[in-house]
Amino acid sequence: MSIAARIDTDRFAAPGDALPVAPVLRAEGVSKQYGTVTVLSDVTLDILPGEIHAVIGENGAGKSTFMRLLSGYIEPTQGALSMAGQRVRFTRPDQAQAAGIALVHQEILLAEALTVTDNLFLGRELTKGGMVDDARMRRLAAAKLAELGCEVPATALVHDISLADRQMVQIARALLDEHRVVIFDEPTAVLTGGEIERLLAIIFELKARGIAVLYISHRLDEVQRLADKVTVLRDGKMVGTYPGHTLSQIDMARLMVGRELAALYPQKQATRTNQPMLSVLNAMVPGFVRDVSFSAHKGEILGFAGMIGAGRTELFEGILGLRPGTATVELNGAPIRIRSQREALDAGIAYLTEDRKGKGLLLQERLGPNLTLSALASFHPGLVVKRAREAEALGQAVSTYDIRLKSLGARAGQLSGGNQQKLLLAKVLLTDPSVVIIDEPTRGIDIANKAQIYGFIQDLVRQGKACIVISSEMQELVGICDRIIVMREGRISGEVSGETMTESQIALLATSERAHVAQGGMK
Amino acid sequence: MTALTQSVPARNERRYQFSWADAGPFLALAALLALGFLVNPDFLSATNLSNVITRSAYVAIIAVGATFVISSGGLDLSVGSMVAFIAGITIMFMNMMAPSLGLWAIPAGMAIAVVTGLLCGLANGVIVTVGKIEPFIATLGTMGIFRALITYMTNGGTIPIDRSLREAYRPVYFGTLGGIPIPILISAIVAVLGAFVLYKTKYGRKCAAVGANEDVARYSGISVIKTRTVAYVIQGVCVAVAAICYVPRLGAATPTTGQLWELQVITAVVIGGTALRGGKGRIWGTIAGAVILELIANLMVLSDFVSEYLVAAVQGVIIIIAMLVQRFSK
Repeated sequence: MSIAARIDTDRFAAPGDALPVAPVLRAEGVSKQYGTVTVLSDVTLDILPGEIHAVIGENGAGKSTFMRLLSGYIEPTQGALSMAGQRVRFTRPDQAQAAGIALVHQEILLAEALTVTDNLFLGRELTKGGMVDDARMRRLAAAKLAELGCEVPATALVHDISLADRQMVQIARALLDEHRVVIFDEPTAVLTGGEIERLLAIIFELKARGIAVLYISHRLDEVQRLADKVTVLRDGKMVGTYPGHTLSQIDMARLMVGRELAALYPQKQATRTNQPMLSVLNAMVPGFVRDVSFSAHKGEILGFAGMIGAGRTELFEGILGLRPGTATVELNGAPIRIRSQREALDAGIAYLTEDRKGKGLLLQERLGPNLTLSALASFHPGLVVKRAREAEALGQAVSTYDIRLKSLGARAGQLSGGNQQKLLLAKVLLTDPSVVIIDEPTRGIDIANKAQIYGFIQDLVRQGKACIVISSEMQELVGICDRIIVMREGRISGEVSGETMTESQIALLATSERAHVAQGGMK
Repeated sequence: MTALTQSVPARNERRYQFSWADAGPFLALAALLALGFLVNPDFLSATNLSNVITRSAYVAIIAVGATFVISSGGLDLSVGSMVAFIAGITIMFMNMMAPSLGLWAIPAGMAIAVVTGLLCGLANGVIVTVGKIEPFIATLGTMGIFRALITYMTNGGTIPIDRSLREAYRPVYFGTLGGIPIPILISAIVAVLGAFVLYKTKYGRKCAAVGANEDVARYSGISVIKTRTVAYVIQGVCVAVAAICYVPRLGAATPTTGQLWELQVITAVVIGGTALRGGKGRIWGTIAGAVILELIANLMVLSDFVSEYLVAAVQGVIIIIAMLVQRFSK
């Protein structure tokens, strides 16, 4: 345990150097306020050449704000940046780029209708005699992609390539010019095992070339492997900067959360029965899922784990008629046919989408209409919408689920992520389902709301419902589930419960071909 | 955003929220009336105003339907041609029935008009939703089809209504009830019905939800196809009602009937505050928009500032201003 071994950022010198190495980029006491809300306060950080510096923190800790600040997307309210000892001020991203700071965005920001080459050179096209020099750009793009070990042809349309390849293209775009500082904002979110390894190798190579790397991630295993130094942010404040190799993952998690982790998850209840509630046989979703069978029991919290791209969301969207797919579905032993979300809801199966903002709530709409949208028919019998009843239900949902809001007239988009999630939960529960499927229940949600949502999930199974939780956070699944099914490449690669329910076992099943063979899948 | 955030006691502010964007069309209408009075005091006379509003009635009636289509995320360019097509079918049917049914041919013709409008709307809706074709392109296609059909039916000329029916049908456009012209009454009824459906019923909710975010609607168990198709059917019926009011005005259908009305209709909807990208429908704003368009034309005729040949230009400027207001009031 070495939390005490905190680095004094002002006097840190690389080991073995007689003279302190000048930081290539330095942020000094930077803060960012929006109105009265402080999202980042007094962060000081040095990035040395040839150093990999990780910034970690919970969602909402201010990591992305900090990155945007360093790369010119926003300006600090207080504090200043300097590069190699010189004060710099960026008011636009291109100024930071010109100064040698490249940002690899968390979201994929590529023009889908253009080719890989077009995207790499977008806005900085090479020309020859006033004309765009396609041949040269293609050559350079192909060379850069090959260097990164990306096998996508430079002439392919971005539209046609996989999400992981798009991320590599985005990285290639950032690395096209020589930069002094490269910032990676959660670069591995959409990558799978092998691709992550490739990316880590690229980062080590950047380091070897003397480029400073700032690495933002909440994947602590990657951070541990990569980072020379780790800076921890919590609630917009700096907890400290620590030498990377001395911190264990547990230490990092503890610093990020600021309290013991166990308290996050409620005590497990023995509500699980042997009575199958939802049984799915031979589910197929073309292009995503092959031959998946499972059943969820009454009173059980069943987890679905797997890497991104394992087909978990697609499996349930296929079962529930939200995308083309086939499956034999039984509810309480009786076969049912589900061709649309309406039929699923009518049967008593509710699905909370992982895409809260894009598919879950009408952000411009008030809370009442959002709350009753899935249950219009049962909540408003007859032709006319019952406003008074809706207001009453909203009041109830607000107190039951502790939804924090400024006024009942607020729009859904004005709520924080956690409160949106609670509203979404209230919305689907208004349909009175017996099976509740929650996709990424706590993505982008702060700790306090997370703990509450786990409590609500447990309430559901205590009422005798079956609850299926899909999550990319293994720790979360282990914390709340009775049983976890692990998926890999569209199939079930194994199942864990009781003693075997550990993060490492899940990770093994989610990533390794051998584990799949050894377990033989589920019958 | 942390656990420390205090729970603020929720207040219900909904009823008293004032929005400049929502009030805009009505303020513009009031300003226009005031301006009109300054230019020419006759402008505010009951006769002139009732004439203006009567003339705006068709566009208003069609625009109520268009408010549904647009707020559900669609668009219908075919309404102008559809008016002509329905008027043609209606007149031909009435003329055919006049010898056997006598004056009963008129209500029978009206029923045929409504059925035709319903089918035309259904066709548009199915092409857009089931065929998954961009509303702009789909209705551009049907616009051409309806226009060609009326030209074919009239053989390039006109289909006049039978002499025996003309007198009896006249009051639907020229008559008054309690001093109020019948077209104004009809458009008021259509608007009240439209506002009821859009604001008070479950269908209205679905319509707004589908327009605001198709995915959210789908994931909430709402049938996007059904909801959008019904919006086009409502549009078709509104066009039929407008055609019923229009036929006695000229007493004939011609290949140029309803030409470019689609632009006036969309303009009325947009200056009324309905979002062209969908999700927000404003029936009363639409009505105000339709009246504003006709008032401007009237004002330009009554005053000597601007040539009346520039009416369309002024209306064009207004739609652009309305879009800018929408953008910057966001």
